[in-house]
Amino acid sequence: MAATMHPPTAPQPRPSLYFPYRVHPAWTPGGTPAAPAARVAIVGAGPVGLTTALGLAAMGVRSVVLAAEQQVCEGSRAIVFTRRSLEILQQVGVSERVLARGLPWRCGNSFYRGQRVFRLEAPHDADERFQPMTNLQQQVLEDILLEAAAATGLVDVRWGNRVTGLQQGDRDAARLEVDTPAGPYELAAPWVVAADGARSVLRQQLGLRLEGEAYEGRFVIADIRIDLPLPTERLAFFDPAWNPGNTVLMHREPEGMWRIDYQLPPGESPEHALAPERLRERIDAHLASIGYGHLPWELDWSSVYSARTMTLPAYVHGRVLFAGDAAHLLPIFGVRGANTGFQDAQNLAWKLACVVRGLAPAALLDSYSDERVTAAREIIAESGRSTRFMTPPSPGFRLLRDAVLSLSLRHAFVRPLFHWRTSRAHQHVGSVLNTADDDDARFTGGPAHGVNAPNVALGDGRFLLDVLGLQFSLLWFGDTPAIPAALERAARALRDHDVPVRVIAVSIGAGRVDGADVTVPDPDGNVLRRYGAAPDATYLLRPDQHVCARWIDAPDTARLLAAVETALAGKPRVQP
Amino acid sequence: MTSSLSTADLEQLYDRLAEAMDAAGPEKTPLMLVKLALLAAERIGDAALFTSLIEDAGRDL
Repeated sequence: MAATMHPPTAPQPRPSLYFPYRVHPAWTPGGTPAAPAARVAIVGAGPVGLTTALGLAAMGVRSVVLAAEQQVCEGSRAIVFTRRSLEILQQVGVSERVLARGLPWRCGNSFYRGQRVFRLEAPHDADERFQPMTNLQQQVLEDILLEAAAATGLVDVRWGNRVTGLQQGDRDAARLEVDTPAGPYELAAPWVVAADGARSVLRQQLGLRLEGEAYEGRFVIADIRIDLPLPTERLAFFDPAWNPGNTVLMHREPEGMWRIDYQLPPGESPEHALAPERLRERIDAHLASIGYGHLPWELDWSSVYSARTMTLPAYVHGRVLFAGDAAHLLPIFGVRGANTGFQDAQNLAWKLACVVRGLAPAALLDSYSDERVTAAREIIAESGRSTRFMTPPSPGFRLLRDAVLSLSLRHAFVRPLFHWRTSRAHQHVGSVLNTADDDDARFTGGPAHGVNAPNVALGDGRFLLDVLGLQFSLLWFGDTPAIPAALERAARALRDHDVPVRVIAVSIGAGRVDGADVTVPDPDGNVLRRYGAAPDATYLLRPDQHVCARWIDAPDTARLLAAVETALAGKPRVQP
Repeated sequence: MTSSLSTADLEQLYDRLAEAMDAAGPEKTPLMLVKLALLAAERIGDAALFTSLIEDAGRDL
């Protein structure tokens, strides 16, 4: 009897205590009506790939997203999202859905020998829309991003499309070899975004090496369902009796889940650590040590993690643009993985959109690499300290850490050393996109070159960042009924050249301002103060909300157009 | 830096420190000494001076 061809077996939905996984039909060449050709192929359908796709779509650029699997990620993975990440997610239209599901928080506690030796309350005030942190499981976030991507009509997500090869010989496009359940095909795209994670296939295909350090300490990450009567705060336990010398972290997640991270004794293998009976024994021991040994719990997912502080030295390689974990590996302490990735995605999306739309030369993408590699290196320098405290890399560091633990019981001066320094928004201070001859240095306050625009409550439930979407923003402060003619001429010239721009008038008299796309009433001068501005001050913000030029008084049309040109790495030559 | 410690005081500290290390036991002695160093650094309140003391202590081992 002849051998029969069996269709490949469909993958089963991943098991989960709280998340209804759906298996999406695989996209196969010829099997699905072809969507219009996209200029951008995004490899990886995680938070970074999907946020990039949403950013591109917001600026009118179509993309293909290649998802190696047929469902969203296994387990909760990244669970803590910073305020800046929520601001970025707001720009791509999903922050409300994230807030509806997520748990906001701002306090962290460190314990040693049953005593709370450090408590940090992250700053929060009425001018912030988002709390310092929001906890949400990554697969829930991915689902939200996918829903938003589908709604744009500009994102073609191809499930079950695994990239296996890359060729960059051609002048106009990179060629991806893509495997599907129905066989391989080739996809040509002028630009490829490598958002394919820590084990990036594209990084391997290009033979690129990450530079930096890998720490030996390994952590088990376990999600359990348990009804703990504790608030949403970060809990860190140092040197617990059940796990001497090591560290344990806890975070509350939505859906009645808790994340427990615990450090393994040196030399223990991941397989050994993840054996069900060993997991149970250790989680029981931890719960008993904090007084909840009597509560029932169920394991949802577990994994093993080790801290690395590594980055590629450049993120642009020909037509391939690296972002997120494919570009850098950053320690989990301080929640730097996905939160750094969102900043990559936002920075990359607007620049790539401008290049694809012919508004800027490809050199604009070099600024993506320069700005984000600089950010990764800053993060590595900052995170080294907390990583060395969490998982001391040598006997000397261990002795110092243990001495600080011991002193912390009675001596307040060492307690600030427990500060774990979370991910923050990075400032592109020396960026070539900043205008050199503006009034930046003459301002005595407000966000300087490269700084992301601070949020301000507008008094009617709205916030300033609500109106700073993915376009250039001309923020003018004034008390006249119309914007200056020079600004109006500049805005018109930019629009004539398809440069996305929005004129926002901060109205000190609170009345509507003619010539502005949006009027932001500022009767109490809150926005004015936060921006160190006097009437007629003008800020130029990049689409990612970072300041690239500012003037004490509204500039003339030519200076404004030159600043936009600088922010687009030299093009377009927009004439008034 | 001028010494403000008399020879008699120094002799007394010599004994106290030796006794404290013996009380801590060989395993805990390094930890005890590092705690002592951090407490002394906090009292001295001069990072540059303490850095030079670390360098001094590392010589001729």
